[in-house]
Amino acid sequence: MEENTNLNTQEYEKNYSTLNLGPTHPATHGIFQNVLTMDGEKIIDAEPTIGYIHRAFEKIAERKPYYQITPLTDRLNYCSAPINNTGWFLTVEKLLGISTPKKVDYMRIIIMELARITDHLICNSVIGVDSGALTGFTYIFQEREAVYEIYEEISGARLTTNMGRIGGFERDFSPKAIEKIKAFLIRFPKKLHEFENLLLRNRIFMDRTIGVGGISSERALNYGFTGPNLRASGVDYDVRYALPYSSYNDFEFDIPVGSQGDVYDRFCVRNEEMRQSIRLIQDALNNLPEGNFHADVPEFYLPAKEKVYNNMEALIWHFKIIMGETNMPKGEIYHAVEGANGELGFYLISDGGRTPYRLHFRRPGFIYYQAYPELIRGGLLSDAILTMSSMNVIAGELDA
Amino acid sequence: MDWNYIIYKIILITAIMTVSLLVAMYSTYFERKFAAWFQDRLGPNRAGPFGLMQPLADGLKLLFKEEFMPNTANRFLFIMGPMLAMFVALLTSAVIPWGSSLNIGGKEYALQVADINIGILYIVAVTSVGVYGIMLGGWASNNKYSLLGAIRAASQMISYELAMGLAILAIVMMSDSLSLNEIISQQKGINWNIWYQPVGFLIFMICALAECNRAPFDLPECETELVGGFHTEYSSMKLGFFLFAEYINMFISSAVISALFFGGYHFPFEDSLGLSQNWMAIIGVVVFFMKISFFGFLFMWIRWTLPRFRYDQLMRLGWTWLIPIAIFNILITGVVLMINN
Repeated sequence: MEENTNLNTQEYEKNYSTLNLGPTHPATHGIFQNVLTMDGEKIIDAEPTIGYIHRAFEKIAERKPYYQITPLTDRLNYCSAPINNTGWFLTVEKLLGISTPKKVDYMRIIIMELARITDHLICNSVIGVDSGALTGFTYIFQEREAVYEIYEEISGARLTTNMGRIGGFERDFSPKAIEKIKAFLIRFPKKLHEFENLLLRNRIFMDRTIGVGGISSERALNYGFTGPNLRASGVDYDVRYALPYSSYNDFEFDIPVGSQGDVYDRFCVRNEEMRQSIRLIQDALNNLPEGNFHADVPEFYLPAKEKVYNNMEALIWHFKIIMGETNMPKGEIYHAVEGANGELGFYLISDGGRTPYRLHFRRPGFIYYQAYPELIRGGLLSDAILTMSSMNVIAGELDA
Repeated sequence: MDWNYIIYKIILITAIMTVSLLVAMYSTYFERKFAAWFQDRLGPNRAGPFGLMQPLADGLKLLFKEEFMPNTANRFLFIMGPMLAMFVALLTSAVIPWGSSLNIGGKEYALQVADINIGILYIVAVTSVGVYGIMLGGWASNNKYSLLGAIRAASQMISYELAMGLAILAIVMMSDSLSLNEIISQQKGINWNIWYQPVGFLIFMICALAECNRAPFDLPECETELVGGFHTEYSSMKLGFFLFAEYINMFISSAVISALFFGGYHFPFEDSLGLSQNWMAIIGVVVFFMKISFFGFLFMWIRWTLPRFRYDQLMRLGWTWLIPIAIFNILITGVVLMINN
């Protein structure tokens, strides 16, 4: 590993070693493979491989009726499944031209912001784990558990929630769910502060993360970065603000931005976003209007089971929806939501049948991963690990 | 050679070996328990009351695990690695005075296996052999992660040994002796070296963490980067030996810290108690173990609180901060000693 700059490049290259980082490595949190060319501990080049858990979701979606595509979206970024579900419903509603009641919008904001909190929690606590501090992770995961209990109360599921319906929700928030959300809102900021105290001003953590895996705003925009990773490098682009959906424009929230685009900035941006999410949930919950928890679209909204058993109309609609006899309008739609780790887009072409003609997911993780070699080149092995966890690339979303 | 003497030494050696192994075993238990408490968990509580049989269960599990050796590994060195690590770790306990001497039947029995006059030098020399176990193990595994871990271990231990040695040097200058017994006997009551050498203590403490491969210096095994570091390819009791050696090293390091800086088996107001020599020796041993447990706890506390360093930062800390500070510390100690004389 001696420095021998005088030798010509070809002879020099012989001194490099190749290290297979992944596909099963404890630090990659999913199935990523990177073939690293290393000079000792220094990374000269990286070659990422994708597709280890490719499940052909886009192709499967072409054979599925619209409401059956929701479970597929669960499995994109499984750390924040409700955002994916809602994003998909919003896309379909845009195609159908359905406008949802305010209550549905606010309910959606509540669950989407809860999902954003869990996603950021996982990402930030895992940055801690990868830098060697396991304790913060166990503290903050208890709060994630609390959110999952809220999901459970709302939809019955925890990780892959399959939450909601086209046009709204399958049921209203139960009083217990609201109670749990309120309890969470009171407890969580304290816990977040406790977690931050462990790492944010910790000298070792700062040394490990500041200036590591940084990207300039220009490069980030060129790559197509969105979400916290773009905001960490100083661009205040947020889909919730730029192209408001689901009545986000009714609320006030700040968009935190960083300056260096490095691991530390991403960490700080995510922490601050969690605080903003708390603010949004608080406002949405306080202003939750009375009304119906779904839009009045019987031809697309799957009716509740007790109605199906007791009500003729509901039975007919249930039958028609399940058998796929309600045709969709023709059209070409792009709709994006601010996913937890970036702009999650749905590009949908419908030729009028019961299934989409073509559906493409714009997965933010896929785009970040393209920049990964550039971000880690010249760094050390430890930097590569931290950069990976700070970008919040989720394997399920990357490979779709 | 008198038979009495040989029997007494054999008993002492057996006792110290057993205690070292027991302490190492139960350190794993307490490490897990403390980690759990730091992290809002319960920790091991299934095996026996309060999970107290957990170390035994772990040991048995490791013994019965399948022995796996990579085809490409160098068989001899692969086995040599954990053996050396364990052997060296156990060797250090020989010169540590566990208490003042007992008086049985008019004969003095020192609670120390070998009172050699270069005790500290012996400890430094033996612990520096410990890195060979890790290096051999890491290299012989023929795995890139293991090799990286071994390289990290080697460079880390070599650089931190220097600062450690320099920190000890200041103590040696003060007490004018290399014998641990002599150094401890100068710290009677509360006249501990920590009051004279706080900087030396800090340097020694940091270096001890690095020497034991404990967080925040656990780069050689760094599970999030190097899978398992130097012991990636090890399984069964060979892995157990590496882990065991780490805990024994931690135990010995705590003992050396207590001996060098915190008066060993001495405790405040010991003369005013007016106890017999034997009672003093027994209480001394208890006090010594209390000090050791405190530092053991400190080691664990640090591990479960701090993130780990990066390789280059670790080297920079060692060479550009600790060594200059340690040299400066020696300089000041020397000047003060000269003025006092």
